Amino acid sequence: MKYLDEFRDPELAKKYIGLIKGITTKPWTIMEICGGQTHSLVKNGIIDVLPKEINMVHGPGCPVCVTPVHLIDKAVFLAKQENVILCSFGDMIRVPGSVMSLAKAKSEGASVKVVYSPLEAVTIAQKNPEKEVVFFAVGFETTAPANALSVIQADKMGVKNYSILTSHVLVPPAMEAILGAEDNKIQGFLAAGHVCTVMGYEEYFSIAKQYKTPMVVTGFEPLDLLQGIYMLVKQLEEGRIDVENQYSRIVKREGNVEAQKTIFEVFEIKDRDWRGVGTISNSGYEIKEKYSQYDADKKFAIKIEKAEENAECIAGEILKGNKKPFECIHFGKKCNPEHPLGAPMVSSEGACAAYYHFSSDVFELM
Amino acid sequence: MCLAIPGKIEKIDNTFDETFRSAKVSFDGIIRDVNLMMVPEAVEGDYVMVHVGVALNIVDKEEAEQTIKYIKEIGEFDEFERQINGQLPEE
Repeated sequence: MKYLDEFRDPELAKKYIGLIKGITTKPWTIMEICGGQTHSLVKNGIIDVLPKEINMVHGPGCPVCVTPVHLIDKAVFLAKQENVILCSFGDMIRVPGSVMSLAKAKSEGASVKVVYSPLEAVTIAQKNPEKEVVFFAVGFETTAPANALSVIQADKMGVKNYSILTSHVLVPPAMEAILGAEDNKIQGFLAAGHVCTVMGYEEYFSIAKQYKTPMVVTGFEPLDLLQGIYMLVKQLEEGRIDVENQYSRIVKREGNVEAQKTIFEVFEIKDRDWRGVGTISNSGYEIKEKYSQYDADKKFAIKIEKAEENAECIAGEILKGNKKPFECIHFGKKCNPEHPLGAPMVSSEGACAAYYHFSSDVFELM
Repeated sequence: MCLAIPGKIEKIDNTFDETFRSAKVSFDGIIRDVNLMMVPEAVEGDYVMVHVGVALNIVDKEEAEQTIKYIKEIGEFDEFERQINGQLPEE
């Protein structure tokens, strides 16, 4: 492993690599849901040091990647309105819509502002009362508390020129969609540590049981991932089906109850379209009726034809874990970070970008 | 956007209710406003994990310091710095 010496505790990392090798007797296919974990696994060369029997498959947990092209088109449409300032997390700016990205819209004069937090967007709205400020609220459960809180704050302060364009997705329904597919090959899950920070992992027990798939809530550092993989392989090898928590220094079983209250004050669970995957029932958050004046979709009555996803991009196959990035004919050739065909090559949490930037094996395979 | 780094609560601003309870939080010297509504028990001097401007849990001091040190070592801190400064991720 090229980076082993840089680990927080190289000796412990070596120990876990040894332990994983020691207990692995048959092939196992494991999915890490979270794009941040994909990034860490590939960047730190962890995939290369695992026994050949362990097949790490990368899941749909990159919020940028699963945001449908239609939503980007809506964000671009809003940004181009004369009186709108569109605020967004930086990760979304370069993702191609059907016509253009937000970056391109900005270069053509649209008002696009990158912010670290939706709460900054509320402040921008306060300071610009003559403008409409829209925050492009994407993400999984991790960003939902902040996005919901921005609506509550705007409401309490009477900031009427603030609204959010939501594309919120949820992890457990995506896991169920993957596990329930006819051709499912996933035998174990690394559950996303920061999603569980918010939501806890109570609801994973029934999914694990129903689909006979063990899970381990796991952190992001290389050592966390090695420990999580070890715990999961141990369950698989012993034929146990449980939900364990490797990331207990951060994650509590019940999650953050205050954050959950905030989310459900503003949002309710509805069906959601996932880029490349399609509609997954009850897999996203929408703004409740009582806060509908902060719902940009309703406020601006956006009417945009639903565009087709770029047919050359196999994002759906990548996000469902059916294909690895280097199995795409355009990978590294027609599709690269400068000229991405789809979101997984743009986002820092996208599997294609991770392989493009960090995987030495990839180019040997091409 | 799921990247999170612990920061130290330097000063709690007493804003007018719990929804707005916020603090100046130092991420290895970079000071930012962070909302504390979801960590009602947090006090000055605590380390908190922050996601997009909102603290979601309190972290053990030693653990937090180790994490920051480690994240700097592997070069992930630069990406976090770009995020909190509202810059685009590196191409």
